[in-house]
Amino acid sequence: MAYRFDFQPVLAHTDLLLKGAFFTLELTAIGAVLGVALGILGGVSRAWRLRPFAQVFGVYVELVRNTPFIVQLFFIFFGLPSLGVQLSEWQAAVLAMVLNLGAYSTEIIRAGIQAVPHGQFEAAAALAMTRAEAFRHVVLKPALGKVWPALSSQIIIVMLGSAVCSQIATQELSFWANFIQSRNFRAFETYLLTTLVYLLMAIAVRLLLNWIGRRFIMRNR
Amino acid sequence: MDFTLWDIVRNLITGLQWTLALSLVAFAGGAAVGLLVMVMRISDHGLPRNLARTWIDLFQGTPLLMQLFLVFFGGALLGHDISPWAAAAIALTLFTSAYLAEIWRGCVEAIPRGQWEASATLALNRYEQLRHVVLPQALRIAIAPTVGFSVQVVKGTAVTSIIGFTELTKTGGMIANATFEPFLVYGLVALGYFLLCYPLSLSARYLERRLHAAA
Repeated sequence: MAYRFDFQPVLAHTDLLLKGAFFTLELTAIGAVLGVALGILGGVSRAWRLRPFAQVFGVYVELVRNTPFIVQLFFIFFGLPSLGVQLSEWQAAVLAMVLNLGAYSTEIIRAGIQAVPHGQFEAAAALAMTRAEAFRHVVLKPALGKVWPALSSQIIIVMLGSAVCSQIATQELSFWANFIQSRNFRAFETYLLTTLVYLLMAIAVRLLLNWIGRRFIMRNR
Repeated sequence: MDFTLWDIVRNLITGLQWTLALSLVAFAGGAAVGLLVMVMRISDHGLPRNLARTWIDLFQGTPLLMQLFLVFFGGALLGHDISPWAAAAIALTLFTSAYLAEIWRGCVEAIPRGQWEASATLALNRYEQLRHVVLPQALRIAIAPTVGFSVQVVKGTAVTSIIGFTELTKTGGMIANATFEPFLVYGLVALGYFLLCYPLSLSARYLERRLHAAA
């Protein structure tokens, strides 16, 4: 008996898949902005050995990078309420994504900052740049430019990893895939199309980040 | 029923053993498939090269959770009811193979072109060039990033809890529901993964430093 593939029952729910895909993209956008911001704080603290922040970020980076995302998510969503911190399912998802990306981007950005030769600070001072200007133009931009491809990959990894957020009922793409297959009993077809949507999203986000990199980060290089 | 701390830890250790077993299987399987994919990826012929590239892009461009679901539900379609353990092992093997293939390709390509050419002048065929000249040198560079990636494999096994494989995370979930102590239990689960992964991370860093010192 051969199995007959039938995608119609899945395509009937295209609106739900799109809704989920947009929510995943929203989570990713918020996660990426806040996560990279956290990574800049962490990267600068670690690269310049600012006490006590360098040590705090060091412990944070090791804790996050050596435990699975789904356990971090469960700890935040199920564990933190015992400390009186009750987050909604999308807040828990965003927090987990920010903390996860923050740890990886701390290490990526630290490497970028350390790759900027020290003579450039002296050159900036010789040009009478203020500290803020020097930080922006001499430290941050060249550092981000050097590590932008690695940072982009990490953002995409976090987006794909966010699929497990359906387990705490965050209404992102895989949540709606689970919902649809529980209605139409076409699990394989549903997940195949959902996987395809994730693949297209990964490609689209990669193109977008490449464009942002070329347009704003890696100019004049 | 009351759970002592030891009851919780004892059960988590059982789960941890399954996490470890799955990690080892996935890593071994992923290394074997990954080697094949890597060899295809650096082939002179377009067809195997493009197949390998597609393989890598597919597994790196989609969530591990979806790969797991497709193996789990796809196996059932082929007429075999597939156990969570088998689905987990297969999906993680495929996932691991794509990443290892790409890491190892980088290592092979880091070997200077001249090594291939020199061995070609010694009348070695392409397989012999790879096997006897390039791979032994690439292996030295490959160890640190490979150990580093093994951390991702261990962490990847946590996702298999979703299809009902009772490894560390799944065990933790069940205990948290029974004891109403999610903070403690998920904290201990995280600690379990940390104990597995941190030594791997440290050795990767150590190996990397040693390699740079030698170079």
